[in-house]
Amino acid sequence: MDFRSSDTITGPRTEDVLPTTATAAVKVVIVGGFGVGKTTMVGSVSEIRPLTTEETMTQAGVGVDDNAGVETKTATTVAMDFGRISLSEELILYLFGTPGQERFWFLWNGLFEGALGAVVLIDTRRLEVSFDVIGRLEERGVPFVVAVNTFPDAPHHPVEALRRALDLPDEVPMIDCDARLRASSRDVLMTLMRYLHSLAVPLA
Amino acid sequence: MSGPRRERRKTDPALSDPERLYVITGDLDDSERAALDLVTMVVAQAEPSPTFQPEQAAILRLCQAPLSVAEISAYLSLPFSVVTSLLSDLLATELIESRAPIVRATLPDRSLLEAVMHGLQKL
Ligand SMILES: Nc1nc2c(ncn2[C@@H]2O[C@H](COP(=O)(O)OP(=O)(O)OP(=O)(O)O)[C@@H](O)[C@H]2O)c(=O)[nH]1
Ligand SMILES: [Mg+2]
Repeated sequence: MDFRSSDTITGPRTEDVLPTTATAAVKVVIVGGFGVGKTTMVGSVSEIRPLTTEETMTQAGVGVDDNAGVETKTATTVAMDFGRISLSEELILYLFGTPGQERFWFLWNGLFEGALGAVVLIDTRRLEVSFDVIGRLEERGVPFVVAVNTFPDAPHHPVEALRRALDLPDEVPMIDCDARLRASSRDVLMTLMRYLHSLAVPLA
Repeated sequence: MSGPRRERRKTDPALSDPERLYVITGDLDDSERAALDLVTMVVAQAEPSPTFQPEQAAILRLCQAPLSVAEISAYLSLPFSVVTSLLSDLLATELIESRAPIVRATLPDRSLLEAVMHGLQKL
């Protein structure tokens, strides 16, 4: 294993060390297509500099050459950015910025199912890159809100037109945001929590 | 607006079953390993000493205060599965303690969501 001597490992900065009471964690997933602002959103609300965790998957090659007995292996590394918000002395929220290519989701065991919910970030210039991601969340029964990241040169569509193009049920909240701004990203998370709260009311 | 349109999908009971949680990763024979989530919180129960392997010592040093599995993986620059396997060994020998995350239940817990909103309001 490739491992640096433990003396050279830098842990959290002193101000980022959690109190000993911080033992209850929840997570939210921020998902969207390539370049929609996932890392930006994680970074703008996180109390720590965003960190990256990786997972590697090794696959045996199938019938790629005729060298009998020679096995080819391909390794795929999937990285995910994440940030952290201490909500209280006990409760910590982790935010994971997850690439939209669902074929790698299985690597992150329980990532979506265990999350309180998800934020789907969309870019109105490339709406279709989020179609599959939204479908996957629906299939998994993961509650989500849709945040429209406002890029300067992006066409502005009324929310109702976007809702139709995305075929979203009326109850799924949609909100405009600027992922670079902490207050805006915080509002997106608040919208998600209010939505989850409304789902907690039993539909009599 | 014109352009491509999406079509809504139905919840797939096979994919949304809470029973399915934490039973997928590589080593199905190792239930301890499968139980560690990215946001399982880890706290060391011992001081690092030279008798430990470097990876174990590094984990014990990092986890003198609570830290998530994801943070340990990031600070050590080791893949998630490598970290969970190291943590399983440390758990088995009680050198660390872990606390599973609060996951979304079939019926969301309103008081939990209220605590999250309260915390976000202070940002
Ligand atoms: N104007 C504007 N620019 C943004 C916004 N959010 C992100 N950007 C910019 O868009 C670019 C891509 O943002 P990232 O946060 O890296 O996107 P990402 O989804 O993490 O991208 P990948 O990880 O590569 O898929 C960066 O140059 C950001 O500065 C926004 O709300 N408004
Ligand atoms: Mg990114």
